[in-house]
Amino acid sequence: MSVAKKFLYVNRKAPYGTIYALESLEVVLIGAAFDQNVSLAFLDDGVFQLAKGQDTKGLGVKNFSPTFRALGDYGVTKLYVEKESLAERGLTEDDLMPVTYEDENDGFAEKPSLIFVDRAELARVMRDQDVVLSF
Amino acid sequence: MKLSILVNEGPYTHQASDTAYQFTKAALEKGVEIFRVFFYNDGVNNGTRLTVPPQDDRNIQKNWSELGEKYKLDLVVCIAAAQRRGILDEGEAKRHGKGEGAANIAPGFRISGLGQLIEAGIEAERLVVFGD
Amino acid sequence: MTTLHMVNKSPFERNAMKSCLAHALEGDGVILFEDGVYGAVKGSAVTGDIQGKAGAVKVYVLGPDLAARGIADGRLIEGIKVVDYPGFVDLVTSHERTQSWL
Repeated sequence: MSVAKKFLYVNRKAPYGTIYALESLEVVLIGAAFDQNVSLAFLDDGVFQLAKGQDTKGLGVKNFSPTFRALGDYGVTKLYVEKESLAERGLTEDDLMPVTYEDENDGFAEKPSLIFVDRAELARVMRDQDVVLSF
Repeated sequence: MKLSILVNEGPYTHQASDTAYQFTKAALEKGVEIFRVFFYNDGVNNGTRLTVPPQDDRNIQKNWSELGEKYKLDLVVCIAAAQRRGILDEGEAKRHGKGEGAANIAPGFRISGLGQLIEAGIEAERLVVFGD
Repeated sequence: MTTLHMVNKSPFERNAMKSCLAHALEGDGVILFEDGVYGAVKGSAVTGDIQGKAGAVKVYVLGPDLAARGIADGRLIEGIKVVDYPGFVDLVTSHERTQSWL
């Protein structure tokens, strides 16, 4: 396979109301096996996917939020979260669940995967990609 | 130039698969290569041979199948999304004990894994997403 | 390294166009299609959103979607270019990547 491409998964939809958030995450997990340079972006209602304390027992559907915390084990360690989208929804960084990874290049030190960026920074991240996927 | 297409919605409810079809057809007629069309989420419903739209309406599945045949298109339906929604080929129908004749994958389509979508992104120079 | 942003949602129902325009950078293109074409009409509550980006971002609209919705070219915001499906394909190939604002 040639040089790794930069893949960005853009998440702009809330979880559970529709299947898009879950099916995006399933592509991320499968895609991780392809050794590409993968990032995720959470903006607009997509930031709700990372909310703490999700409990879906009453719905009878799977709570897939713990899967975000496992992404580090798949080598997916860059989850960009847009600050303006949080603020617009009355959220702060503390309202999101912690997502971390173990940095194998730094003695497996635990590091945060969530990267909080403003809108202008996120726009530059989006422009730096080879493939942008949205669902 | 080589493109890949991702279709995330089924036919008839959303315009997405109509747009994807018109776009793909226009690209092929211009001589632009289409590496693969991948159907995900409800998009897998584009690939059932059992749709019977009224005679005065377009037949979206048939349009895809005919375009596929004419240009030797690789029309791939996501297996996980397809199984959730009851789109089966012979092998899957048999494996899940759905009985003789249950296979409903339309001509020219094939069922495969999500890895085919990632590969479509890697191999093509542009990936174009149609959805809701 | 420009992006073609694809917007297919009515700006009166969802924030796709607004969010797209807030992230589009100098030199990018935006194509409005399907229900997104309602964003291309002048004199609406969202006309200013497009006009605010004029110059930095080039805006296109898909002709067959305008026609289907009964929108005559004369009602479009000045500077918006109408393309057909082959023109849409050209826009995809002439930008480095596409981003769908679903």
